[in-house]
Amino acid sequence: MQFDAAFASLKTAPLLWLLVTGLAYLLAEKLYRRSGHQPLLHPVLVAIALIIVVLLAARIPYPDYFSGARFFHLLLGPATVALAVPLYDNLQRVRSLLVPLAVSLLVGGVTGIVSALLLGRLFGLSWPVQVSFAPKSVTTPIAMALADKLGGLAPLTANLVIITGILGAIIVVPLMRWLKVTGEIEQGLALGVAAHGVGTARGFQLSTTTGAFSGLAMGLNGVLTSIVLPIILAFWPH
Amino acid sequence: MMLYGFCVLVLFQLIGEAASTLLHLPLPGPVLGMLLLAVWSVWHRGVDPRLAQVAQGMLGYLGLLFVPAGVGLMTLGPVLRDQGLAMLPVLVLSLVITMAATALTMRAMLNRRRRKLRAKVMSRREGKSDAV
Repeated sequence: MQFDAAFASLKTAPLLWLLVTGLAYLLAEKLYRRSGHQPLLHPVLVAIALIIVVLLAARIPYPDYFSGARFFHLLLGPATVALAVPLYDNLQRVRSLLVPLAVSLLVGGVTGIVSALLLGRLFGLSWPVQVSFAPKSVTTPIAMALADKLGGLAPLTANLVIITGILGAIIVVPLMRWLKVTGEIEQGLALGVAAHGVGTARGFQLSTTTGAFSGLAMGLNGVLTSIVLPIILAFWPH
Repeated sequence: MMLYGFCVLVLFQLIGEAASTLLHLPLPGPVLGMLLLAVWSVWHRGVDPRLAQVAQGMLGYLGLLFVPAGVGLMTLGPVLRDQGLAMLPVLVLSLVITMAATALTMRAMLNRRRRKLRAKVMSRREGKSDAV
């Protein structure tokens, strides 16, 4: 009985869920390393799954969990601002390819948004779900902020973005072989524009050039999407 | 040392959020803050090492920061039940189309550039032979 009472008070103590989140992530990271960086065991997805299982088993409502884990969530804002640093470093690298990069980025970034919206409608997804899909190719903090601001479901976006990145990392090599695209710059750009951070990590496995261009494309597509997406949605019939 | 960089990040986020609200921009505050910091860094031709260190540290654990929001998936039961199956083809097809469009556009642009450069080199050579 005493144990139950102690546990009951712990369940609502914010620090417990902060700790659970941190431990779940450490465990997921360890599993990811042990598996030899198996993309399907991406630590973010594994940590989310672990915590959902714990919360369902202990019958903890999500708001109780979130009031504890909010501390990590709050840091998302400054971390998003911090993305300016790698963006700046990458920008310095590629002045010479300005026009090809700008055109490909515009085509790829807009294709990512429009294809998600068109296919979403074709497959009968509701409007909030379509809005959650639209920024799925950009890095998670930017995508979540956009979904939140534009009427999507931020938790859905967070998961979709990561799954998109994982699938992108898996299909890039066979897809590029099929399209007969052999250039490192082209492959890096495709990874960064379509599959953000997870894609960039995959790019660095392929080659340094691929990774560098992927990182650049990821940063610029985050900027492009955050400017273009609100404009597209304002004119998109729904 | 850590605190300085952290304060700069929070300051830019606050400026971004204030600008987003005051100017009624559809851009989220932190994203606007990121853009402003990038412009600031270009303007000053560099990033303060104290800021760079904190940024690197935070981005190293970026994944952890999505977890609390991602767990919110458990509140979306009805949405997932009704539309979960339709989400998969949307995700996969949109991803493949986006990757292909980006890679093919870049290849076309690079090829065009190579052709142009070659033409320039050729015409310069011809010009020289004319002179001789």
